[in-house]
Amino acid sequence: MTPENNAKKRRLHFEIFRYNPEDPDSKPHMQSFEIDELPYMSLFMALNEIRETQDPSLQFDFACRSAICGSCGMMVNGRPALGCRTQTSDLPELIRLHPLPVFKLVGDLSVDTGTWFREMAENTEAWVHAKEAFDSDAQEERMDDELAQAIYDSDRCIECGCCIASCGVANVKSDFAGPAGLNRVARFAMDPRDTREDSDWFEVISNAQGVFGCIGMMACHDICPKELPLLEVYAYLRRKALSSLFAGNKDRDHAA
Amino acid sequence: MTTQLVNTDVLVIGGGLAGERCAIEAAAAGLDVLMLSLVPPRRSHSCAAQGGMQAALGNCVKAEGDNPSLHYLDTVKGSDWGADQEVARIFAEEAPVAVRELAHYGVPWTRVRAGKNSYFVKGERVDIDEQPENDGLIMHRDFGGTAKWRACYAGAGTGHAALYAVDSEVVRLGVTVRDRAEAVALIHEGGRCWGAVARCLRTGTHSAILAKATVIATGGHGRIYGQYTTNATINEGTGASIALATGVVPLGNMEAVQFHPTALSPSGILVTEGCRGDGGYLLDKNLHRFMVEAEPEKQELASRDVVSRHMAQRMRDGNGVETEYGPHLWLDVRHLGEDHLTTKLREVWEICRDFAGMNPADELIPVRPTQHYSMGGVRVNKDGQAYNMAGLFAVGESACWDMHGFNRLGGNSLAETIVSGRLVGRQVAKFAADAGLEVTASIAMREVRRAERHASAWLQRDGSGPGVYAIRDAMAETMIGKVGIFRTQDELAEAVTELEQLLAKCDQAVLKSKVPGMNPELSFALRLKGMLRLALITAMGALARTESRGAHFRTDYPLRDDAKWLNRTLVRWPDDADKPVFSYEPVGLLDLPPGHRGYGSDERIEMDQSIEDYNATIDGQQAEHGRLETEESAGSRIRWGEWGEQR
Repeated sequence: MTPENNAKKRRLHFEIFRYNPEDPDSKPHMQSFEIDELPYMSLFMALNEIRETQDPSLQFDFACRSAICGSCGMMVNGRPALGCRTQTSDLPELIRLHPLPVFKLVGDLSVDTGTWFREMAENTEAWVHAKEAFDSDAQEERMDDELAQAIYDSDRCIECGCCIASCGVANVKSDFAGPAGLNRVARFAMDPRDTREDSDWFEVISNAQGVFGCIGMMACHDICPKELPLLEVYAYLRRKALSSLFAGNKDRDHAA
Repeated sequence: MTTQLVNTDVLVIGGGLAGERCAIEAAAAGLDVLMLSLVPPRRSHSCAAQGGMQAALGNCVKAEGDNPSLHYLDTVKGSDWGADQEVARIFAEEAPVAVRELAHYGVPWTRVRAGKNSYFVKGERVDIDEQPENDGLIMHRDFGGTAKWRACYAGAGTGHAALYAVDSEVVRLGVTVRDRAEAVALIHEGGRCWGAVARCLRTGTHSAILAKATVIATGGHGRIYGQYTTNATINEGTGASIALATGVVPLGNMEAVQFHPTALSPSGILVTEGCRGDGGYLLDKNLHRFMVEAEPEKQELASRDVVSRHMAQRMRDGNGVETEYGPHLWLDVRHLGEDHLTTKLREVWEICRDFAGMNPADELIPVRPTQHYSMGGVRVNKDGQAYNMAGLFAVGESACWDMHGFNRLGGNSLAETIVSGRLVGRQVAKFAADAGLEVTASIAMREVRRAERHASAWLQRDGSGPGVYAIRDAMAETMIGKVGIFRTQDELAEAVTELEQLLAKCDQAVLKSKVPGMNPELSFALRLKGMLRLALITAMGALARTESRGAHFRTDYPLRDDAKWLNRTLVRWPDDADKPVFSYEPVGLLDLPPGHRGYGSDERIEMDQSIEDYNATIDGQQAEHGRLETEESAGSRIRWGEWGEQR
């Protein structure tokens, strides 16, 4: 994004998917809107302008508008992206917006990612399985900063759903844990505070719902708005699955 | 949301850090907990906290000798003596445990690396050897207004990491979460709260949730400043609004509004104080580092209210960089280097790239002070119970507990969420375990019908009235223009008039969209009146308070006045009244006598009574204002005079 790009005044043409499941008269269709492009305009600004000046019934989700809450995943010209950090200056004049696939539609561009991610968290038991109860008198358990950094890097997933929407498997197989789910598994698997052993993880990931369900197209890796190294995450989990089969060791080496 | 009536032990309204930590406490006690959240809990605005969480662990060299007494001292000074000192003491004592508990939940805190580490301190690069015995403990970074490095952090995504860890406990404990749901009214009778009416933001339908204990944890209300805030779009003060709508629960210190020094200009997106904590500078248009002469001792790391005022003054004096979106100043972190910026400040690096199209390793970051935090909120006692309403609690930013007084220190709110969540959660659990659900379904359904009528009135109203977004925009311009960093009698009086007019207009406003289901315009319209009321009482409170304290700065009354204004503003809005009612209670028991903060102005008007005389009246006066009885007596947690050993 540069001011030069914005210097040429453009008229943006939006085609937006519309459907309100709560309205018996509503039928799925594309609706056109036009607005003037402004300097530094994001889809957050553009969609709010459309809603506030042209069609107040338009549904979409934004919260933080700074690419950290993960609310605003949507298909932007066929590619999953966060609406808030997508600048119109990076797009052609024709901008087609659809809701993310895979997730249940709430209405228009709004989808129910909350239910999907809660189920995923329950299915993979995505919490630290602690050795013992918290001791409020004890100093914190030590951790090497390198490892803390690696866990943090993996923990940075914001559950926006863009990887799920981009995933060829998740689009056709509803029980596939998906890139975000498997990344979550990897995050806990590398955490020494979690007592689950390789054999426990084997049950979760070494099947078609888990890491071996992936057919390797890796669109997730390309589109992840937080640039998580999903390629490495999958490699780490495959290796972990195999190491538990052959060696049954409890190595805690983490993803590169 | 098909059932119209649901019973639970504990209803938590809001799925951010404070609400979730509170829910964990109640669920772990075996109670049935139901949580309402506008968004999936992990999307709550807690996730946007970046730089750190204050807790006096004292783990690194620059934190040596730190302890809760020092944290307490910094917090009270930061508050400009507006805080309840007992609450500040409880907070400082409990913060280390709460932070370590988060490590237990899985937060990947940045850790101490033994051996040589390079830091920036007051503009100088210094090499410091971290001790081997501290290797692997939770690391600290510097933040504003603190005597020691105290902020614990996970990169620049501390809030995100904390929220995900806490939410994973919520999932583990099986807490029922209704996301895309909003509490639109409290169900209460005779000074006892019995839950809330919930509006489903998928379908637009209403239901009653009856609860033995109800917790408001809805965060701040920065959106009364429209786009001129770092807050998320969801921070519209829904919890404070429904508490005010009871007619009896007071809100505290609504005029205490924090402006964060470094929001990205013009988008208003937060850039963490950790940038300055790690050694970043503020520069004016001439690339002059003006904070060094403005605050020789603390420089860029004075408290936020002080730094924001110096910045605003610098821009008023014509030393800002002029743009079509107004002036800004520069934040310079180039000297920290790309390695540091892409790890310990990674979220800042990404925000600069994604929202300003620049690389902070090579370029200056355009910043300006922007509304950031609501010190005011639902007034509660030290157990977190709302004044005048049994069974109602509040935690986190939506509450006025009140450890922040008139200015909150950076990193203290993130710590408050989990400290107050733990402590208040315990009180909530006790309360609910001992209580029965003694409310009739008819009262609940009456409230549901009232909410339904309210919504359908909006849908039925036709005519040529103003639109809801136009009213919102007018509110925002009034608030930023007249209830901002520098305040005066004339501008505040104008603001009050304008906001009163907007409130009147709100009743004539007309929706353009009448679609069924989750009608986004209707959803906003249903919050608008509450937001306008919050805005109005903020302006009225600021107009009435003829002194300057913390973030509330009156250019016509520039001194802190401890003779007249060492008190907390309380405001209620009685049923059917067209105006709110203001009253004032003492700030709480004084342990640390009012004095100089160590930064900012040293001029003030002294108290005209002794501390003993002041303290003698507090219990009675606060009880008169509706403070409910606490488990322990007033002052039980104060460690009288212990701060003296820190001098």
